[in-house]
Amino acid sequence: MAEDLNKLVSQVRRDILRMVHTVNSGHPGGSLGCVEFFVTLYKRILETKNNSSKDMFILSNGHISPVYYSILARSGYFDVKELNTFRKINSRLQGHPTNHDGLPGINISSGSLGQGVSVGLGIALSKKINNDTSLVYVLTGDGELQEGQNWEAFMYASANKVDNIIITVDYNGQQIDGSTKDVLDVGDLKEKFISFGWEVLEVDNGNSLDDLYYTLQIAKESSKKGKPIVILMKTVMGNGVDFMMHTHEWHGKAPNDDQLEIALNQNPETLGDY
Amino acid sequence: MENYKNQGDKDTRSGFGEGLTELGRSNENVVALCADLTGSLKMNTFAEENPKRFFQAGIAEANMIGLAAGLATGGKIPFTGTFANFSTGRVYDQIRQSVAYSNKNVKICASHAGITLGEDGATHQILEDIGLMKMLPGMTVINTCDFNQTKSATIEISKFDGPVYLRFGRPKVANFTDSTQKFEIGKGLMLKEGSDVTIVATGHLVWEALIASEKLSQKGINSEIINIHTIKPIDEDIILNSVSKTGCLVSAEEHNILGGLGESISRLLTTKLPVPQEFVGTKDTFGESGTPSELMNKYGLNSSSIFDSAFKVLQRK
Repeated sequence: MAEDLNKLVSQVRRDILRMVHTVNSGHPGGSLGCVEFFVTLYKRILETKNNSSKDMFILSNGHISPVYYSILARSGYFDVKELNTFRKINSRLQGHPTNHDGLPGINISSGSLGQGVSVGLGIALSKKINNDTSLVYVLTGDGELQEGQNWEAFMYASANKVDNIIITVDYNGQQIDGSTKDVLDVGDLKEKFISFGWEVLEVDNGNSLDDLYYTLQIAKESSKKGKPIVILMKTVMGNGVDFMMHTHEWHGKAPNDDQLEIALNQNPETLGDY
Repeated sequence: MENYKNQGDKDTRSGFGEGLTELGRSNENVVALCADLTGSLKMNTFAEENPKRFFQAGIAEANMIGLAAGLATGGKIPFTGTFANFSTGRVYDQIRQSVAYSNKNVKICASHAGITLGEDGATHQILEDIGLMKMLPGMTVINTCDFNQTKSATIEISKFDGPVYLRFGRPKVANFTDSTQKFEIGKGLMLKEGSDVTIVATGHLVWEALIASEKLSQKGINSEIINIHTIKPIDEDIILNSVSKTGCLVSAEEHNILGGLGESISRLLTTKLPVPQEFVGTKDTFGESGTPSELMNKYGLNSSSIFDSAFKVLQRK
């Protein structure tokens, strides 16, 4: 299992790099930082077999669409060849993800930030009405938490004991203009979530498959106990490509031909490029 | 007017409340959300009868729209309720991305629309909401004219799969349409046939148009009165058929003339059958405090303005 997942991680990184390189646009940094999360979520956590009761995932920070598209394709939602249409005209793989064009696996549009937690809560409420015991997962960025709507949603969730939702924050400390500390300090997120009445879990290495799986399992076990759950997942933006790591420089910039070659050499083809 | 009698003044928001109550009893998929204005929106009965299907969002409209989009994703038919100002301008991006672009089956129900919200003044009035909503691809936009029509529209939009903006108001106004009417989205209503001038009205201005029609007939002018409740998609046929007979048109709405019903009609006429048109609506201005009737008179949203505009447009034929 672990070996297979590591192979998938390498292949998803290649997909991300090749997608953004082809169209010379897109967001590789945050995408690479969340590869291990998506691989763990889609391969080991989400239960989607039962049509009437299946876990749902919402990506709030829609700009990391490359990693989302790659994992969806590599999980069979659509043909991996379609990854080659990313950001091109007449594609279902828009710059930011949308259900508007019928791409399987996408539940709602995101890109304009700060809206995904509210949407996830709405889905969670519908599951409660239906006595559906499956869960809702949402990923948000940390810079994205500067959007006020998130805090409306956090307040709502604890006040109404929405406990069938697990929010994960991609806590990489970076955003387009620099570090979140410099741009607009989000402060002590753990304390903020605790004061908002949330159950807080932390992953110190959000790029470790084992640590992610372990924490997501704890989150599942902690659900349905009267509190919403948040996982603060410390990731490294640009993870897996040495020159893209620990900087915001690659938040929204594609590698050139030479940089792509170096990056791909660090991540061998394992499951076949699209 | 002989065909339209005021059955007694009633507020359109109460029509929404009664419609929603009926839906609560007849359709278990209908859920409702409100941003701390349950009493103003007349949503109390639904909330009391369906506590598990009513969500009090608090003063947090952006989250409310997101919750609604999520509930729709989960297969529910959410009706959101707050004032028109907070239903549109405050949450435009949430509606645009999470509802319209995502094609979610959310019914955005907006009370206290227009200037007749009255004494609270311009911060709470909105005269731009029809424009904001009709510009969103895939959004259906409805502005009802009285209690009965609002109740019927509320029930009908639950059967339509897609995002809808339903606009109604605060004050008690004439209730004159049939209580057993069947509301048809996108279908204009011929209230009175005539041959000299077409008057197309929406919302609170429909009753004013009927009053104006009577005054016009006293002057020997035979006006045709059409109620357009669905501004998008607009009933092109009823308007084109009418102006092909009358050769001129007055539009009337409790909204800015920029971006409202009048502009939708003007685009239609320009492309299909150009005839002179005059606009009754606010002239690119904010409102102010005052009683609803004082405001309607000051801003020219009444039967006299419609009457004057009809005379003006007749001279341009």
